[in-house]
Amino acid sequence: MTLEAEDKPAVLEMRTIRKAYGPVRVLADVSLSLAEGEVRCLAGENGSGKSTLIKILSGVVGADAGTVTIAGRPQGNDAKAAISAGLSVIYQDFSLFPNLTVWENIGFLAAVTAGDTLHRRSARRALATETLKRMRVEIDPDTPVERLPVASKQLVAIARALANNARIIVMDEPTTALTRSEVARLLEIVGALRDEGVAFLFVSHKIEEVFAICDTITVLRDGRVVVEGPIQEFDAASLVEAMTGRSIDSRRLPRIQAEPTAPFLSARKLGRRGEYTDVDIDLRPGEIVSVVGLLGSGRTELALTLFGTLTADEGRIEIGGLPVVFASESDAIDHGIAYVPEDRLTEGLFLNQTIRDNIVVSSLEKNLRAGFIDARALAQRARDAVKALRIKTPDVSPSVATLSGGNQQRVVLARWMERDPKLMILNGPTVGVDVGSKREIHELLVALSRSGKAVMVVTDDISEAIALSDTILVMVRGKITGRFDANDVDEDQLYNEVIKEGRA
Amino acid sequence: MSKPLSRVLATPQGVVLITVLVFALVLSIINPAFFSVATLIDLLRNSLVTGIFALGVMMVLASGGIDVSCTAIGAFAMYATMKIVLGVDIDLPIFAFFALSALIGAMLGLFNGLLIGILGLPTLIVTLGTLSLYRGVLLTFLGTTYITAVPREIIAFSRKVLVRMENAAGQMVSLPYSFLVLVGVAAVVAILINFTLFGRKIYAIGGSEEAAERIGIRIKRVKVMIYVLAGAIAGLAGMTHVTLSRMANPFDLVGMELNVIAAVVLGGARITGGYGTVTGTLLGVFVITMINTTLLMAGVPSYWQKVVIGGLIIVGTGLPIVIERLSRHRERISRSLSA
Repeated sequence: MTLEAEDKPAVLEMRTIRKAYGPVRVLADVSLSLAEGEVRCLAGENGSGKSTLIKILSGVVGADAGTVTIAGRPQGNDAKAAISAGLSVIYQDFSLFPNLTVWENIGFLAAVTAGDTLHRRSARRALATETLKRMRVEIDPDTPVERLPVASKQLVAIARALANNARIIVMDEPTTALTRSEVARLLEIVGALRDEGVAFLFVSHKIEEVFAICDTITVLRDGRVVVEGPIQEFDAASLVEAMTGRSIDSRRLPRIQAEPTAPFLSARKLGRRGEYTDVDIDLRPGEIVSVVGLLGSGRTELALTLFGTLTADEGRIEIGGLPVVFASESDAIDHGIAYVPEDRLTEGLFLNQTIRDNIVVSSLEKNLRAGFIDARALAQRARDAVKALRIKTPDVSPSVATLSGGNQQRVVLARWMERDPKLMILNGPTVGVDVGSKREIHELLVALSRSGKAVMVVTDDISEAIALSDTILVMVRGKITGRFDANDVDEDQLYNEVIKEGRA
Repeated sequence: MSKPLSRVLATPQGVVLITVLVFALVLSIINPAFFSVATLIDLLRNSLVTGIFALGVMMVLASGGIDVSCTAIGAFAMYATMKIVLGVDIDLPIFAFFALSALIGAMLGLFNGLLIGILGLPTLIVTLGTLSLYRGVLLTFLGTTYITAVPREIIAFSRKVLVRMENAAGQMVSLPYSFLVLVGVAAVVAILINFTLFGRKIYAIGGSEEAAERIGIRIKRVKVMIYVLAGAIAGLAGMTHVTLSRMANPFDLVGMELNVIAAVVLGGARITGGYGTVTGTLLGVFVITMINTTLLMAGVPSYWQKVVIGGLIIVGTGLPIVIERLSRHRERISRSLSA
């Protein structure tokens, strides 16, 4: 019991929740409480049972045993009842209607909950503008949601919950798609709403945010609560250890210093109008180069140009000292370049297809026998890749959708490794990946580069850049504004470089 | 290209509107008699059946589905209604004819709705199946003969006209009472989709089914209702067709469904769901009818209609996408890098 919970009434009480899917026990005697105006963090790695707990809490899935009480009322397996009791879940994808306006999105939940028959335009619009004003957010209520940037969509989702008088807001990894300044703004709003008495359950595995906003914390591991208590009782290291069950070093990964070699790919004075200009970059075998910049700094466009998706208007690209022109992605692939996209869910994977097919899809020609595909050899190759990359799955035949985020990312990696690339470009390689897997992916990338591949990482995660890279390039508004040896730079210094002039 | 023009062309409705205007202009230059109230009335009369069908299909498209079975439902409903009325041989008001046809249509729509909403089958497959099924049942069990001896109420109704006038060629053109069916359906659909929560739920489901489910919308129920409504509207369209042609031909109507869907898409509804308006749909229907009838009037071989309509569908839905892409490209070029 926390200090806050003692003097304020509990709005949410979950007691000894148990849940199993078939023989697999997902939750074992999980208890969790939330007081008015409390911000609690639910932390845990992927697969620890967080999502199942949220599903039970929101009434989407029934528990095998245990009770859920919202505002004194016991809840069953009924999503509508939970909503009318004052619970709102903000999903990672926000679950908004892209085709409808901001105000209609905000008012819709309240209208459905109230069981309206008529569409009361003016009342709903007024409710929406009032809610946005209460949050001190400036979004035009008449804009269709599909035209909003991600950060604003998030705010609309929060406004929708508030418009329905939500007293408990569950946010599932709310900051995955946001940049640093947007996260700061979100946390500000959460803070203000907490003062109004709204309780939050914040599902996150970004350690710094947990400390920035939460009052209390519950850590789940393997379906059990391992620790819980006020945030003051934790520090970053103890929290990570509680989540992963082992101590994880967040500092720079140890490595053998890369031998200076001739670059595999160099770009000189590369530019694309309106996106970036005058970029010089050398990517050498055995070296990891990070390009760090905010969203919209041109970092993604640069990466896509080196992969042939976009074309440069000026400058040149050389491979092994010879100038090349990429007319398309397949030209770049033929030159041994691989690209792992930013949004692994939408850009890189066939979610409904098997792990095997996802791994071997871009290298089928390796197993041709007299023009026909040798299915058995394919499966063997996929199994070897699963083992090499430590993908957690019993077999290669389940669909990729059944894997956790970190493991999905590894499947994408595995696919490209099968093509034996000389240069790997990774865009935000650990977005949406938990702490433990993040470290493992970093280790994997370092091992990959030491095996003689050139690696380029595009990211806005400063600690990732430092942990991972040999060389760090800072990109601000389309220009490379700084070059650092990752050994000689610290987070604060790098952060200041990245946001320099980005605020103008 | 000037700014306002490119903005108009950036939506399918804009392309359609401009096509209507250009078409009318060209035709009235070729044949000055074209530009008259009589022509307008003739076009309205010819758009009636397609227009009623299209309003039902628009709702289905807005919910993210597609309905190719509407014409089979219309044909089934009107022919069955005529069989029943002639079989019982009592005098019924014309209103009852429409009500019965709508009811039969609603029941066939319910079957679509149950398969799609409750069983969760893909809409194209289901309606493609029922298109053939309903038509097959109609021709196998209800009959294949034309009913020319339609009840006198229908004859009486079809003679009632709102406007009648002579066109330049000296022929009589008229706008029959059944035009009111289109007006009524349009009004009901407009009210439903703009002023009831049920209507907004259609757009919500079309926007994101998962999101709709998560905020507590009972999507199965809404979907069943949509197909029931679309079925009832198709029944009304079938009956309207009978009053216009003064006979019931079981081979009629089926074959129109692609025209209907084309009209709805040209009217701004998207095949991916979430969009569609009553005015846009009616505009889409009007332009398709105009192309069909005026080309014929101008003496263009009828195969050309298909060419023109096909081209219009590609331009009408493709041009907005190309313009959007171009403007994004221009925006990038003009952006400054003031680092």
